[in-house]
Amino acid sequence: MSAARRSLALHGGLIALLFALQFVLPDYHHGNLARIMVLASYAVGYNILFGYTGLLSLGHALFFAAGMYGMGLTIQHLGFTPAPALVAGLVTGIVVSAGLALLALRTSGVAFMIVTLMFAQAGYLTILYFGEYTRGDEGFVIQQAERVLWGIDLSDPTNRYFAALILFAICLMTCLHLVQRPFGKTLVAVRENEERVRMLGYDTFAHKLGAMIVSGTISAAAGAVYGLLFGYVGASFASVQYSIFPLLWVLLGGAGTVLGPFIGTLFMFYLIDFSSGITTAYMLIAGVALVVLTLFAPQGLTGELRRRLWRWLP
Amino acid sequence: MTLLSTRGLSKHFAGLRAVENVDFDLPEGEVRALIGPNGAGKTTLVGMICGRITPSAGRIAFDRADITALPAHRRIRRGMAYTFQITSVFARLPARENVALAARRRLRGAEADAVVHEALDRVGLLDRIDQEAGDLSYGHQRLLEIAMGLAQAPRLLILDEPTQGLSESEIAGFTALLRDLAGRTTVLLIEHNMSVVMETADRVTVLDYGAVLAEGTPAEIHENAAVQAAYLGTG
Ligand SMILES: Nc1ncnc2c1ncn2[C@@H]1O[C@H](COP(=O)(O)OP(=O)(O)OP(=O)(O)O)[C@@H](O)[C@H]1O
Ligand SMILES: [Mg+2]
Repeated sequence: MSAARRSLALHGGLIALLFALQFVLPDYHHGNLARIMVLASYAVGYNILFGYTGLLSLGHALFFAAGMYGMGLTIQHLGFTPAPALVAGLVTGIVVSAGLALLALRTSGVAFMIVTLMFAQAGYLTILYFGEYTRGDEGFVIQQAERVLWGIDLSDPTNRYFAALILFAICLMTCLHLVQRPFGKTLVAVRENEERVRMLGYDTFAHKLGAMIVSGTISAAAGAVYGLLFGYVGASFASVQYSIFPLLWVLLGGAGTVLGPFIGTLFMFYLIDFSSGITTAYMLIAGVALVVLTLFAPQGLTGELRRRLWRWLP
Repeated sequence: MTLLSTRGLSKHFAGLRAVENVDFDLPEGEVRALIGPNGAGKTTLVGMICGRITPSAGRIAFDRADITALPAHRRIRRGMAYTFQITSVFARLPARENVALAARRRLRGAEADAVVHEALDRVGLLDRIDQEAGDLSYGHQRLLEIAMGLAQAPRLLILDEPTQGLSESEIAGFTALLRDLAGRTTVLLIEHNMSVVMETADRVTVLDYGAVLAEGTPAEIHENAAVQAAYLGTG
């Protein structure tokens, strides 16, 4: 079997497994997994910029929130139904990521981290500033009646699970497709040695711009779907914490691997879930586990798997 | 036809005149060697030609068009290829992907694959196609650089000290490769190994303290007293 076939089988297999799990999982884990799939989609988006292109952004919460607020505000104030509201969230994500990319990509390295961090912080403050519309920190709830998409009630756990799975499947397969195409391979080359890529005749700025827009748009899609599925839109999703989360998930799961973001999100979610059941100092347990993992699997769980077993893993 | 020409090209690094007022013409199809002592400004000169370094003054024309203001990648797209003096391969990618990146800019799919195989075959690295570039020996990495240049099928191939670190037999292979390219591809070759220059170059330009000291056939340069004093030392 060729590497492309094998990876299609593996990633398709994961989606099939997640589909099947819906019928057997107890309620508690069922709900968790729906949330994990949406957050993992966010991480998939983050990974395209960080893992594949080698650009460390500290401002992805801006994109997640752009999608979430683009969706939520149009429902709340313009009376949109879910489908056009999701489109509004996506469009907001595209515009915001293109705008930030045009500014931030003039820098690199640490300056890029700081610029993305600052703009995300500015976005967060903007949400607070327009509290009249956004309800600031407190946020707002999207009523059950407003969460019916084509007659399907997205507040129902089963529907919600499937909606999360559809989003995740689209993001995962988009990523897989992207990294196997010349565009994605050029991104990896930019990560490895940008100057050389330029001297092979590629417009590296255009490639990084493309990567950042795809990454931001996927993140925005996740944000929009998250708000719609869980019925809440709040400023905490725009805070710096939500910029750090995808970085952690991707590092743990394996930067620059298609599966890594999901594995990392799943692992971290249950790590915190498990340790908070034992002690109130759960962040301590989580922290120690993270340190151990970075010591013994510096390339993340999936990265380690690739290094030791499956060299063909995309 | 003149493929490449520079007029009054200069580069100053904080007062250091690395390249000073260079007028340089390279006819299409020629193999031109660029020689000169260490620090003469050879890498700086070709760096300005291919767009890595912004000139302090002067103009560059390629294929009759003024390219002085073009960014590097657009110059490369017009048919230049540049191989780095300090090896700059994608260390964590296989040799195959290194060359494929060079080929994919103009070709796709099976066509690109064929070019990759051909380029690696010509430099004798076909048996290492799946090895990571970083695991190759230094000499093999230099050959990989050359393969990346070949895969672009450039009109002007700029090689910055390609034989540095190659074994005798690899140098012989490289010389044969260059002879094979001669006539079809214009080559600008920075080279310290004088026997390679003698065997492959149609003409030689000597750079010293950033300025052109002499230009002529390899035999003429070999005889030139000024060159011997500046470059060949005792002669
Ligand atoms: N980025 C830079 N900043 C300051 N000085 C530089 C820079 N690049 C080159 N130089 C200086 O310019 C001069 C010409 O350097 P260059 O690398 O072009 O020489 P070269 O002829 O290629 O030498 P070599 O044979 O050692 O490769 C040298 O004195 C070098 O120290
Ligand atoms: Mg040099």
